[in-house]
Amino acid sequence: MAKNFTKTEMLADTATHYCPGCTHGIIHRLVAEVLEELGVMDRSIAVASVGCSVLSYDYFNCDGIESAHGRAPAVATGVKRMHPDKVVFTYQGDGDLASIGMAETVHVAARNENITIIFVNNAIYGMTGGQMAPTSLPGMVTTTTQDGKISMNESGPIKVSEMLSQIDGPAHISRVSVHDIKHMIKAKNAIKEAFKCQIEGRGFSMVEVLSTCPINWNKTAEESLHWLKDNMIPTFPLGAFKGGAK
Amino acid sequence: MKKLMKGNFAIAEAAIQAGCRGFFGYPITPQNELIEYMSVEMPKQDGGVFIQAESEVAAINMVFGASGAGARVMTSSSGPGLSLKQEGISFLAGAELPALIVNIMRAGPGLGGIQPAQADYFQATKGGGHGDYSLLVYAPASVQEAADLTQKAFDRADYYRMPTMILADAVIGQMMEPCEVKSMDTRSDFDKVWAVTGTKAEPGSKKEKRSIVKSLFLNPDELNDHNKKLQRKYQAVAKNEVMFEADSCEDADIVLVAYGTSARICKSAAKITRELGYKVGVFRPITVSPYPYSQLKEAASGCKEVIVVEMSAGQMLLDVKVAMEGSKPISFVGEMGGIMPSPSQVVEAIKKAGRE
Repeated sequence: MAKNFTKTEMLADTATHYCPGCTHGIIHRLVAEVLEELGVMDRSIAVASVGCSVLSYDYFNCDGIESAHGRAPAVATGVKRMHPDKVVFTYQGDGDLASIGMAETVHVAARNENITIIFVNNAIYGMTGGQMAPTSLPGMVTTTTQDGKISMNESGPIKVSEMLSQIDGPAHISRVSVHDIKHMIKAKNAIKEAFKCQIEGRGFSMVEVLSTCPINWNKTAEESLHWLKDNMIPTFPLGAFKGGAK
Repeated sequence: MKKLMKGNFAIAEAAIQAGCRGFFGYPITPQNELIEYMSVEMPKQDGGVFIQAESEVAAINMVFGASGAGARVMTSSSGPGLSLKQEGISFLAGAELPALIVNIMRAGPGLGGIQPAQADYFQATKGGGHGDYSLLVYAPASVQEAADLTQKAFDRADYYRMPTMILADAVIGQMMEPCEVKSMDTRSDFDKVWAVTGTKAEPGSKKEKRSIVKSLFLNPDELNDHNKKLQRKYQAVAKNEVMFEADSCEDADIVLVAYGTSARICKSAAKITRELGYKVGVFRPITVSPYPYSQLKEAASGCKEVIVVEMSAGQMLLDVKVAMEGSKPISFVGEMGGIMPSPSQVVEAIKKAGRE
């Protein structure tokens, strides 16, 4: 029988620690496949963040460096400036990027650093057990908002992609989802476009990927995909805010 | 040839001559000349990177990234900025990354003031961030020494794979003195195979596996082993890297102990009192971490009293007490808030000790 699927070599041959039903695995694979397809596997550097993706350097089969919580864009800046010919990307969650690391996020875009950020937004702190995030939806029950009152963002969740798209420089800023196959394909195209921006020296790129957290959302994997579609997408509209896929 | 140079400029030029190719900083008085000099000179260097970061927090994390990428890099700041950098310094220590951190000390606590002080001693020498780690901390007492120690600090950071610090009060940063910045062997032979370079790892080659720079060890046994490795490194540093200057301590009745600008005040006071017939020595730690504990005890073994002089409430005083192990009476002269102890204050302390 013909072998019609092989795992990309850009993913290390190891089990991940991600919870069953979580979409981190899908997003890892999309990023890894893109790096392989673009032919930059041997010149990529992954910058890990703090949160569920803290161990991502164990999974992406390239050089990897850890960051303090929220500081991945600063660490990536240091790496990229020393190796401008390499492909440098961060992989960060919403607590890391949009809460404690917001200053680094805004300024890496403002400097138009030629790096790529994969921003995984699941509207909650996953690793620490389901606390409120700056992207939590109004009325969302978390372990620190057990009555559903989101005190961190009473005016509404922070829309990072829209916010950063107000800055003149960046080459690509888009929001995608991975709740079904059709959207996964679109997500992969956006991720590819983002990395192309970097490889061609066009400047800063970020792809915000809407993601699930079944365990902390207290839902099954399937319910989570529906919840993402029905609740997150109306709040976080999909599309390219800067430099759509060509 | 010596040139009249401000301390902050001398440190910056010495760093460039030492092969530093990344400077990441944020404005804060009294170290601004350093970041300004770097903004002009660093981009002129081949591969030289200068970034004025959005914060001291971002600056130290850019240092983390650039050092992790294998480059010789630094940041500089002063008290409040150093407080913000502590998390990053702990990460550098944990991930065994070399880097130079310069603290041109101003008075605290809080916003404090912009005048000279030595009140960040505990922060620098006792681990200002979280976890069990130490820095190799040099405390220059002149512009020339600031330049020389800057170069040494880069070399030792690469050798031991650890962050090092220049701890200088604002007098050293701001005053002008004749200084010759040496061009240094930049030691490109430090083989940083551990760095993330985005190059292919191949069996049998120099880089056999992909590089991962991290301080996270979720397995307690692994983290315990990692900590023991760090401690062995710090023990080697304590054994090999202690620097001090003992001036006329052999037959001294009174030994003054001070570092940085305070040591120069002590030398003035010693000169004045020696002319009056007092036998006064000056012991000056050049590394304040590791501290010259046994060297101080030996140098002060024949004296009757030890006087510690600092621009603080008495921070190094504790290390002097540890060094002397209760063997001699110890008194203290100190001022805070940007006020320096005057030579006459120290002279009075010497006369008082001499009467007892």
